[in-house]
Amino acid sequence: MSAGTPKSLPSSGQKSIQEICHPLSAEESILSPSPDLGNTISSTGEKDLSLPNGNAVDTSSPASSSSLLNRLQLDDDLDGETRDLFVTVDDPKKHVSTMETYITYRVSTKTTRTEFDLPEYSVRRRYQDFDWLRSKLEDSQPTHLIPPLPEKFVMKGVVDRFSEEFVETRRKALDKFLKRVADHPVLSFNEHFNVFLSAKDLNKRQGLALLSKMGESVKYVTGGYKLRARPIEFAAMGEYLDIFTQKLGTIDRIAQRIIKEQSEYLVELREYSPVYSSWASSEEELQEPLDGVAACMANCCSGLEELTEEMSEDFLPVLREYILYVESMKNVLKKRDQVQAEYETKLEAVAFREDRKTPVPTDVEKCQDRVECFNADLKADWDRWQNNKRQDFRQLLTGMADKNIQYYEKCLAAWESLIPLLQDKQEARADTN
Amino acid sequence: MMADTGSEDVAVIGNTDQTPSELQNNIKNTMVEKGGTLLKGLEISVAEAEKRTGKNAVSIQETYTVYLIETRAVDNVSEVANPTPDSLWRRYSEFEIFRNYLLVTYPFVVVPPLPEKRAEFVWHKLSADNMDPDFVERRRVGLENFLLRVASHPVLSNDKIFYSFLTQFFVLCLLFYSRLKALNATFRVKNPDKRFAEMKHYGDELQSVISQLLRVRARVADRLYGVYKVHGNYGRVFSEWSAIEKEMGDGLQSAGHHMDAYAASIDDILEEEEHYADQLKEYLFYTEALRAVCRKHELCQFELEMAAQDLISKKQQREELATGTVRTFSLKGMTSKLFGQETPEQRETKLKTLETQIEEGEEMVKERTAECDEFVKNAWEDIERFREQKDRDLKEALISYAIMQISMCKKGIQVWNNAKECFSKM
Repeated sequence: MSAGTPKSLPSSGQKSIQEICHPLSAEESILSPSPDLGNTISSTGEKDLSLPNGNAVDTSSPASSSSLLNRLQLDDDLDGETRDLFVTVDDPKKHVSTMETYITYRVSTKTTRTEFDLPEYSVRRRYQDFDWLRSKLEDSQPTHLIPPLPEKFVMKGVVDRFSEEFVETRRKALDKFLKRVADHPVLSFNEHFNVFLSAKDLNKRQGLALLSKMGESVKYVTGGYKLRARPIEFAAMGEYLDIFTQKLGTIDRIAQRIIKEQSEYLVELREYSPVYSSWASSEEELQEPLDGVAACMANCCSGLEELTEEMSEDFLPVLREYILYVESMKNVLKKRDQVQAEYETKLEAVAFREDRKTPVPTDVEKCQDRVECFNADLKADWDRWQNNKRQDFRQLLTGMADKNIQYYEKCLAAWESLIPLLQDKQEARADTN
Repeated sequence: MMADTGSEDVAVIGNTDQTPSELQNNIKNTMVEKGGTLLKGLEISVAEAEKRTGKNAVSIQETYTVYLIETRAVDNVSEVANPTPDSLWRRYSEFEIFRNYLLVTYPFVVVPPLPEKRAEFVWHKLSADNMDPDFVERRRVGLENFLLRVASHPVLSNDKIFYSFLTQFFVLCLLFYSRLKALNATFRVKNPDKRFAEMKHYGDELQSVISQLLRVRARVADRLYGVYKVHGNYGRVFSEWSAIEKEMGDGLQSAGHHMDAYAASIDDILEEEEHYADQLKEYLFYTEALRAVCRKHELCQFELEMAAQDLISKKQQREELATGTVRTFSLKGMTSKLFGQETPEQRETKLKTLETQIEEGEEMVKERTAECDEFVKNAWEDIERFREQKDRDLKEALISYAIMQISMCKKGIQVWNNAKECFSKM
């Protein structure tokens, strides 16, 4: 965090539209222009927005700065090598105190960004801290899609919160969460994110009031306005999300069912080995082959056990994460609707005024401002989300295929190694005959 | 009572192509190679099965299945089979009667078993209904297998009734019911041949272990079926999902088809596994025949011991009568003591009767001993033959089971690789 007292937010008093800065520029940290494309947005109007090549940017209308943002975001996506922020979550440790027992994770950061005082950080955080970060992000960046966290509550009797598998699954999800934030061209510059990564102690009660201007304004939008119609593109998003979440739910149920059936199959399969062994003990010629079959069966059992475990630990959590993601996205869409509704209502009220000479009231203009910003942010984030979703699912489903292939290969190897054992004896007998 | 072994007719194990699995052929080829006295000149097969309805012995209408026994004479010189077969229809119960005839006539032979009377060790998909076409088909194969086993047996293959059973229409009556019953009785024997006792014990163990195996298999098949079929649901949901996707759509859709194929593949896999189960069942039922031979030995031994016991007691009586000492307690002895001694003439007659009885008894013991020895010799020969056959057949069965598993794994790998390719194109 840069030195300097937190500035108070610029008031939303009487200012012409030209003077209203892009909401994002109200970020507390002094965001000095950095050489990479990721950020050239300066703070509170003290610096001009400038493109990397030094040209000033026309910030007279939010629309244009949003489109700038779009361009920047796209460029960011294309050029992976300009990444200047790397975050990892690892090394879970159990802490036991008189009050409670909990797990902390090490959060390591490597960065060249000047928003950070140091190039490297290593701090310990617990789930609560991640939760804090996420709600801060939601509040301060309401127009953006915030990645989900793994589920907060676990039924104490059912799941062992301190088991290796649970902790590992959670760690992976927390790691993914931070990586997604770090990769986001806007969220990664969020002040709270910075604090989260760098502060020794995360004293949440300080109540860093670091809401963006947008955040402030959206926060106070009441739900009292009725939206006439969602614009087509957002309606399409809403529909997509509805169907998508349905399909994800179905896939989750199918995967769970498969795991259940496989577990039951495993229980029965385990019965084979002892029976074959017992048979072997009453045979002479057939003893070795039967023992071989018993060993084979045991191998197949352990392979199946592995497969079921991996599907439980790797596949299901990611699926569930996406379901949570979609839920939070639907909420963002709703917020957008509210912002638009407010604007439309206020605009209508103005239209009915008979006195046409008074200029359009500022607050209506501000509403329009907000709507357009929100839409722009959301659209950009949507495209980015679609892209990430595609990659994530490609990886997830390929992983599922791989696990199954591994299982069958293990079984195949076991059975193939049995054949020479069985056939040699056959040939040996034929020779001696 | 042995059937005459003078038949010149011989039957060859025909390589019929109705058999569904390689292994069936393997076993048949093995029978051709290893079976002792083979019948050449006759190809045997159970070619078809048909439903019939008719009135039974108590005039009740019933539906039953008949099986077509086809035989083709093979030209001894050119070894080419006559193209037009002789054929005759028989139902399962006739096979049962014929087998009982074999059991009674050749008590020292481990008689090949028939396929099961009722479907046992079923898993949910397999019908327990005797009229079910799959059951009928597997029974047809089992009956053919039975005939081929009899035809390749060094002793059974020469039986004249066997040849008639295959070729001439007649109805076998169960004349030897009492003998059959006797086969199932058990006897307490003082000096059983240790080898037979061990064999009987082995038969019990084999029966127990194969039963367990078949039960486990049925439960495993049930579960495996469930696992594969649930994957089919992926097919549907991927298809629905692909409808709302742009770039991901094609990959998802094709992956879905592969999941459908995966789900469908389990039917063939489990059908093939039925053959392995049938092979195990054959040996499960063979244990019955094995135990029957051991029991017959016990019966022989028992009768010998009875005769020997009787001889000993008669000799003792003679001794007592001759010396006047009562060594053993007998009611007659007691009563004669109570009611007065016998006259010397009476004693003389008694002694004479005893002497004849003793002579006869000694003959009986000799006969029975000879019978027992003959039985032990023949039975043990057949048991050895059976043991070798069992080791061969079960090893083949294990090999083909392993091959089946390998094939199943390879299919699984292929399907998932196909799906993976589709996923990677998403």
